[in-house]
Amino acid sequence: MEQLIHQLYSALQNVTGFIYPNEIELQWSILIVIYPYITGLVAGAFILASLVKVFNVKEVSPTYRLSLLTALAFLIVAPLPLLAHLGHMERSYEIFLTPHLKSAMAVFGFVYLWYLMVVLLLEIWFDYRKDMIEWGNQSRGLKKLFYRFLVLFSKDTSSEALAFDKKAVRVITIIGIPSAFLLHGYVGFIFGSVKANPWWSSVLMPVVFLFSAIVSGIALVLLLYMIATMLRGEKLDMRCLDRLADFLFYSIIVDFSLEMLDFIHRLYQSEESIKIISQMVSSRLFVSLIVIQILIGTLVPLGTLFFIKITSLNEELRRLLYFLSAILVQIGIFSTRWNVVIGGQLFSKSFRGLTVYKMELLGVEGLLVGIAFLVLPFIILYVLMRILPPWSSPGPGADENSSKQLQPQTQP
Amino acid sequence: MKKEKNTIKRREFLRKLAEGASAAGLLWLLPEGIAYGVFVSEHAGENAEHYYGMGIYVDRCIGCGKCVNACKNENNVPREPFFFRTWVERYVIFEDGEVKVDSPAGGAEGFPPLDSEKTNKPVIKSFFVPKLCNHCDNPPCVQVCPVGATFKSPEGVVLVDADYCIGCRYCIQACPYGARYLNPQTKTADKCTFCYHRLARGFLPACVEICPTRARVFADLKKRSNPLQRLMRLAEVHTLKPDLNTEPKVYYANLDGEVR
Amino acid sequence: MPDQVKRLSVIFILVISALVIVRYLLIPPTFGKLGHYRARALEDAKALPVKYAGREACLECHDDVGDALGKSYHRGLSCEVCHGPGAKHVKSEGDVELVVPGKRKDCLRCHQFLSSRPTGFPQVDPLQHNPVKPCITCHDPHEPGPPRAPADCSGCHTTIAKIKGVSRHVSLKCETCHTTKAQHKLDPRKFRASIPAEREFCGKCHAKKAKGSSDIPQVDIRLHGGRYLCWECHNPHNPQGE
Repeated sequence: MEQLIHQLYSALQNVTGFIYPNEIELQWSILIVIYPYITGLVAGAFILASLVKVFNVKEVSPTYRLSLLTALAFLIVAPLPLLAHLGHMERSYEIFLTPHLKSAMAVFGFVYLWYLMVVLLLEIWFDYRKDMIEWGNQSRGLKKLFYRFLVLFSKDTSSEALAFDKKAVRVITIIGIPSAFLLHGYVGFIFGSVKANPWWSSVLMPVVFLFSAIVSGIALVLLLYMIATMLRGEKLDMRCLDRLADFLFYSIIVDFSLEMLDFIHRLYQSEESIKIISQMVSSRLFVSLIVIQILIGTLVPLGTLFFIKITSLNEELRRLLYFLSAILVQIGIFSTRWNVVIGGQLFSKSFRGLTVYKMELLGVEGLLVGIAFLVLPFIILYVLMRILPPWSSPGPGADENSSKQLQPQTQP
Repeated sequence: MKKEKNTIKRREFLRKLAEGASAAGLLWLLPEGIAYGVFVSEHAGENAEHYYGMGIYVDRCIGCGKCVNACKNENNVPREPFFFRTWVERYVIFEDGEVKVDSPAGGAEGFPPLDSEKTNKPVIKSFFVPKLCNHCDNPPCVQVCPVGATFKSPEGVVLVDADYCIGCRYCIQACPYGARYLNPQTKTADKCTFCYHRLARGFLPACVEICPTRARVFADLKKRSNPLQRLMRLAEVHTLKPDLNTEPKVYYANLDGEVR
Repeated sequence: MPDQVKRLSVIFILVISALVIVRYLLIPPTFGKLGHYRARALEDAKALPVKYAGREACLECHDDVGDALGKSYHRGLSCEVCHGPGAKHVKSEGDVELVVPGKRKDCLRCHQFLSSRPTGFPQVDPLQHNPVKPCITCHDPHEPGPPRAPADCSGCHTTIAKIKGVSRHVSLKCETCHTTKAQHKLDPRKFRASIPAEREFCGKCHAKKAKGSSDIPQVDIRLHGGRYLCWECHNPHNPQGE
């Protein structure tokens, strides 16, 4: 507590204008920035996976299973920053016990459970069932038992059963798309429905969240696909990569248009809050919003992808540019989340002043914990890829020595 | 034949899935029922014995900050100047239209003389405004609490259940008035309770009891004649940020339009 | 139903029913009785201790102060505005003592001039109004108002008191030079204080042969300064000044 008070006194020095005295403490920190960022990656990766199954985009099928596992790995981590941020983590189960149905946040538990249990786990289970039975048959001892347990001891690999698996996957994907929309649109709604905060309160918020989620998800899978393929020593499927870049390009355009629409709408309506918001954008948020989010994170990759489209560069250069663009997109989307979450708390609800956010380095709400939450999904993904190899290379019984470590360094 | 069997299976599967989901959903909701509408706020107080509200005569406040101290004493609010259940703001409106607001330490130590008294910039007027939780009839903080740890009591008082609050801080974000804070000791949301424990014993809220100029009046709206009625009859009455439809129950007499 | 769906359903049914059962077991008993909250929380909130006892509790013992206060400008004030929270004092029947404020800043908290305060509210400029002096020397907080009789001269003659306060004459009482009737304090225009009229008055201390400490500067008052009177050159309130 003393540390908090010390921090608050130093924040007090940096307040300009007038803010309500209770507003000096910034309530939602870096952890709440990470939460929508990670959830967005889940939704985006899943929507990419559904392109294969529902819309029959054959080119991107090499990324199908990778997308599913990525979505799962990130979904497992998604609630952790939220939990860590709670004042009373040990009471978090109350959200299932007595969910207040008028609260946008109360729905979180249910949307999450639905998405985890009914959509992602089921789809992965049905998709991998045949493989898991085979891997179970190939291995021995504990490993055999493990795979047998994963398939719930089913042995049915008749063509009927397999056909059912296929259909189940398709049906679940169809359910999954609106679910993914729900998952991330709902995160946007948590912010968009706060009428007290003009920076957040916007009908477009869920839609903007959704499209930025798709952008970040595609970019992430593209990165992971390139890195994993390189580490496996395989050749990249350029058709797949070009197609992914296409989708990335179009989704950035939609996302950026929506954001600009929101921006112009605010400026044009010019409500009571416009003065303090423009003051905030031109001072405290200038670097993270104008420079990083819009310039580096959106316009540069958009220009690069457009340039690749209209010219015919060789494969090597294309790969490099795709890789760099995808990284810039990740940085851009992360600062989008930052600008929403932190930006919404930098101005006073009295519209008369601005405050600052000073991130801690250590501590639960600090930078290191934040980085840990961003690295954790990659570790989980690595484990998942060991258990459920996404590519039909030799089964896990054989790849013990061949696969190299996938370093979790790709987080932005 | 085989295809037909499959489609039946698929339908059955979908049906089971749907049934399962809805059954689970219904079981979940059963205890509460859907007795109250999800989007319509329940108006408390219709059957309650008391229904409370507060009135503030802005032109009586002398900015002594005694109320802020009394509140901190009465309710064990941390002394540091970042946690307030009530605080006092000073508004200075200059001739050129500039508005300056300050609230050093929430007004708990009173106010120093204005800087402008030295700089000689012509002032049109200046006044103090006590602030506190508005105990909205349509409280956005209660709406967003995910677990039901903050609620409107039968008497219309918005309270926090500190033994049930998970500390997610969504309510603090949802309050348009900055009336909530996270209590650093309990790690739960905290706010003005109209001194609910005092009301239960027939006392006035501490800030009302202590205000030397009777700038604050407190009333049970269920009583036929009460000081709040008098305020409403005799003065121009405003609430804060009425456009947000929060329906505050703290009524300000002779409030300037600059106050937000 | 395919085999795998049967197996899955078992898991799903197990998980969901476990969650439902756990939920029924864990919901607090009073939750939902009055609304979507723990009804017990109302009782918990009511049970908190009261710190400010209220004016009635004070008047049960201090009715004498209450009577005076009730007729004064401070009649609207609760005792605890100045004396702090008193529930413990009441409960301990006086063993726990309350604060007795007596410093200037205690009064100035309300009565210092601030342009934001409502007009008509009694305020003073602390730099002009008897600086450094505790307000309660002239004003009774239980019966405030302009003092009927100032405790001493500086109550009205602020500027003189201020100048004299830093002069050689600081130790002299006003009465040393000015004879003042008691009524002067009540009706200063009718009962005026005396003012010395001739050189000889100063000479009591400053003449060559006058008794007194050797520090006192002494002159031949018949010759010094010609026809002028002493106070035409020397300010008796600040004798060494210009």
